[in-house]
Amino acid sequence: MNEQLLLGLLVVLPFLGFLFNGIRFTSKNYKLAGTVASTASGLCFLISLTLVAKLIGMPEGERVITSHFFDWFLAGDFSVSASFLLDPINAVMILVITGVGTLIHIFSIGYISHDERPSKYFAYLNLFLMNMLILVLGDNLLVMFVGWEGVGLCSYLLIGFWFSDPEKAAAGMKAFITNRIGDAGFLLGIFMLFLSFGTVTFSEIATRLPETAEMMWTGPITLACLFLFIGATGKSAQIPLYVWLPDAMAGPTPVSALIHAATMVTAGVYMIVRMSDVFVLAPLVMNVIAIIGALTALGAATIGMTQWDIKKILAYSTVSQLGYMFLAVGVGAFIPAMFHLMTHAFFKALMFLGSGSVIHAMADEQDVRKMGGLKKYMPITHFTFLLGWLAIIGAPPLAGFFSKDEILWYSFASPAGHWSLWVAGVIAAGCTAFYMTRLMCLTFWGESRVPKEVHPHESPVSMTFPLIVLGVLSVVGGWIGIPHVLGAIIPGHPPNVLEHWLEPVVRMLKPEHASAAVEFALMGISLSVAGISAYFAYDFYLVHKDRPTMVTKKLGGLYSLVSDKYRIDEFYFGRIINPLIDLSKGLWLYIDINFIDKMTYLASDMVKGSGQFLRSLQNGNLQQYALYISLGVVVTITYILMGS
Amino acid sequence: MPMTEAFLNVGLNHYLILSALLFTMGMIGVLMRKNVIVILMGIELMLNAVNLSFISFSSYSGNLNGQIMVFFVMTIAAAEAAVGLALAVAIYKRYKEINIRFFEQLRG
Repeated sequence: MNEQLLLGLLVVLPFLGFLFNGIRFTSKNYKLAGTVASTASGLCFLISLTLVAKLIGMPEGERVITSHFFDWFLAGDFSVSASFLLDPINAVMILVITGVGTLIHIFSIGYISHDERPSKYFAYLNLFLMNMLILVLGDNLLVMFVGWEGVGLCSYLLIGFWFSDPEKAAAGMKAFITNRIGDAGFLLGIFMLFLSFGTVTFSEIATRLPETAEMMWTGPITLACLFLFIGATGKSAQIPLYVWLPDAMAGPTPVSALIHAATMVTAGVYMIVRMSDVFVLAPLVMNVIAIIGALTALGAATIGMTQWDIKKILAYSTVSQLGYMFLAVGVGAFIPAMFHLMTHAFFKALMFLGSGSVIHAMADEQDVRKMGGLKKYMPITHFTFLLGWLAIIGAPPLAGFFSKDEILWYSFASPAGHWSLWVAGVIAAGCTAFYMTRLMCLTFWGESRVPKEVHPHESPVSMTFPLIVLGVLSVVGGWIGIPHVLGAIIPGHPPNVLEHWLEPVVRMLKPEHASAAVEFALMGISLSVAGISAYFAYDFYLVHKDRPTMVTKKLGGLYSLVSDKYRIDEFYFGRIINPLIDLSKGLWLYIDINFIDKMTYLASDMVKGSGQFLRSLQNGNLQQYALYISLGVVVTITYILMGS
Repeated sequence: MPMTEAFLNVGLNHYLILSALLFTMGMIGVLMRKNVIVILMGIELMLNAVNLSFISFSSYSGNLNGQIMVFFVMTIAAAEAAVGLALAVAIYKRYKEINIRFFEQLRG
């Protein structure tokens, strides 16, 4: 089959799945719904594999498959076409999306089996898959924007899937509205790029770029990049728009794994990598991105250390890991960002699904204080979660070690990097090791704190199978991006496959004074920081259990500030949302009702008043009509007589 | 013979004054009375007042056109009376009374 058709099928198949389940949305046959949805997703994965295999077969530097479907719109000499583009960058993305997506579809069959509306759930899931593929495959910013909005919609629908609970419905709205703020920035960015280059197609923008970087805040490229980055902060949950992601955990857990950990939230990173040619011309924005990324990584990781809800811990962990990716793109390390995006998709999806398995087994309990000792009840979940834990804290040779270390190295050594960014990254890595170990101790190890009426049990095969596959990926996923310094000392000299794959299409800022000794030293420091933090967490939560309370008491206000999530939500409500609502209410009560409404009423009253008068003439009284006729005749005759 | 003289002296003006008086009486009947039948009678009176002036002008000018017009007016009057009385009967059947105000309900 030809490539164009395959690219189209990638979007059509999930859409058919969506139609099938969407039309029979009341059906409670979760097996049929799940099978259809998973098949659609699985076929997409097979197609993605075929396409990537074709890409590999092409000569290096020319690996592009394009597919033009139709002209979307034409206005003067500006035209936008609905076309797809597959190159090494989004090849990585579609494999992750369809691969991890398929596993999560399969997992969902078991997870959603007790729910009222499984067909609706799977319909949304397939719709999400379709929009996500549109987002990553679009060959211009507008097609990307369609997918960008589509995934936002699906995210809203799935967060509020159990909408009868007002809190969950509110979480959905929060996500949607926060995303809209980012989307407005994204749109402005598209407009700015169009103003500067007269096109929104990636390949055409790349040919019209200026030679030199812009050094002013008011430059068109700088502004465009800044706006695009605002869009990315919304979708990818970065400061200041990250607040929706922790609340988004109200949705079903597989959704958290698919949308809010593995795929959708990485759209911002993908977008920046896709536009890396443009972003490197705006070094000021790059610095902003790096700083925001580092702050997000650090801030979210500290909040993660204080949470008690298993999903909230993972949510803050996701925000923090996304911060790492932005730190990476901010220092020009686009390939490590994609690498971390991929490995994070594996181990975070694994841990979310693991937590889903735990929540399922605990009869919807999410508080880690009521868990403990689950290791003996759920051996498979525990073992796979263990792999995810090792991967995220960066234990070699698991996936997270390579990708996180690449990012830290670039944040130190890249021309756009700075030692302070590296320090922030290392502290965040320490926090990560702490809260993930804490999660392991409280959930799986130690003695059981499970209430007597709950009987934890291992989940069915449809749920453990995806866990095992993701567990394996979390171990081996990092081996495609082994850094050169490590590759050099490992027997067999494994090459950095991913970097080799992406290098022809992504422009990286390379470290100028790369020194293997320094890189090893930094690696050692970050490893030992993570190790020591993990040991502390182990000591705190399994050996000396009185210490956490002691420490929190000592920290006092600082602890409560962090455990209250830095009171960012309260700040937003107090300083932005409520004043905005008050302002709107004021405008409504005083300007709208008293001024604008009155103006329109005046106009309508005039029409009504004149009508009132004319109406009285038309009252149906025959004799009055006759009188008018007579008077009319008299007047006419008098006029004629007087005139003559 | 003052009387015969008076009759012999009847001229166009007299006919026209009579016609005007009849017309005014008919119009007042149409405008003021509530009974549909009386109103129809008023209309007849107005038509006949017009007929009278037609004939007078015709006779004094020696032109027959006016008299021919009268036949047309009488035909129309007959038709009009038939329709008007039918309406009156219909009104009466419904309300057991023949008041013009019942026609108000026909307004759109």
